[in-house]
Amino acid sequence: MERNNQLQRQVALMRQSLFDQGYLDEQFVQLEELQDDTNPNFVEEVVTLYYRDSARLIASIEQALDKSPLDFNKLDSYMHQFKGSSSSIGGRKVKTECSQFREYCRTGNGEGWQDKQGPEVQLLAPHRKKKRDSAHNSFC
Amino acid sequence: MGAAAEPRFHVLAVDDSLVDRKLIERLLKISSYQVTTVDSGSKALEFLGSLVNDDRSSSDALPSVSPSDHQGVDVNLIITDYCMPGMTGYDLLKKVKESSSLRDIPVVIMSSENVPSRITRCLEEGAEEFILKPVRLSDVNKLRPHMMRTKKLKDQEQESQEEPERHGDEIGLPPPPCQHELETQQSQDPQTQQIQQSQQPKSGNNSNKRKAIDVEEGLSPDRTRTRYNGVATF
Repeated sequence: MERNNQLQRQVALMRQSLFDQGYLDEQFVQLEELQDDTNPNFVEEVVTLYYRDSARLIASIEQALDKSPLDFNKLDSYMHQFKGSSSSIGGRKVKTECSQFREYCRTGNGEGWQDKQGPEVQLLAPHRKKKRDSAHNSFC
Repeated sequence: MGAAAEPRFHVLAVDDSLVDRKLIERLLKISSYQVTTVDSGSKALEFLGSLVNDDRSSSDALPSVSPSDHQGVDVNLIITDYCMPGMTGYDLLKKVKESSSLRDIPVVIMSSENVPSRITRCLEEGAEEFILKPVRLSDVNKLRPHMMRTKKLKDQEQESQEEPERHGDEIGLPPPPCQHELETQQSQDPQTQQIQQSQQPKSGNNSNKRKAIDVEEGLSPDRTRTRYNGVATF
């Protein structure tokens, strides 16, 4: 069917653009290579698991971000998990964002930020929102 | 290989991440291994049939390792994530190596973080390999020599009680390098390779010592094997 070919082409283009734009990396190809006739839906299954898992993590992260003072250890732990699963499916962009976020957590800890209001808060606040948004954007 | 049919090795995979468990299960299955996945170190130990609470080493002359429902379970390799809540992969490694019934099972550690001190610590504790996540097929391909080596040693033990000084190297299997395939920090590879290779003789001596004490209980191939096809005990 001509329509089928069209759709396939579209899918192929979309897939390629995800790589080109840096959303996906080599690990995603690894997943695709694990798919075969005995496991024809492997990629879909893994990614579905990933979405479910990520939704849970993001919800936890959002909750944690609303707390004051921020529990950096907790946040770092969530991010570690999120980064890990993103990395395993080839979610390059999300992985990078997670790393960035963890750096902020580390910085926050290092400065003993916990109970202070001050310039550090201002520094952190826009990043918090940015992380949240980028996590959302790259995820949704 | 001496075996007529290609032996089907059984791998126990331990990871708290759902996604990673799915991935490692597929990687192992596609490599023709039998797979059991669990989500924690304590569940791993349960499955292995010994909740090691204390250090019972050579007094452990158990004829059968496992509890009744896991009669004859034969695990040829344990692959575990490092960072897990509760019992870490390192803790699990230690428990396995401290157990007289489990210590000869090769253990491989996976981690998303390339921390040299962590790698060293794991290898020193007796891990065969340290694999950097994300795990891929080329990593899983490196596992077979470890399982073959252990199985061969076990088979030889059954043939005769004589234990010559043998180890993986001398059986003809080269010690697999710890390739981490990390984009950055290429310099780690030679370092960890050195560590891996320097560890080999050490663990070899230990395993010979252990063999002299232990008889491999309950792990002979002619026992009926219960097949655990990816039964995930969550």
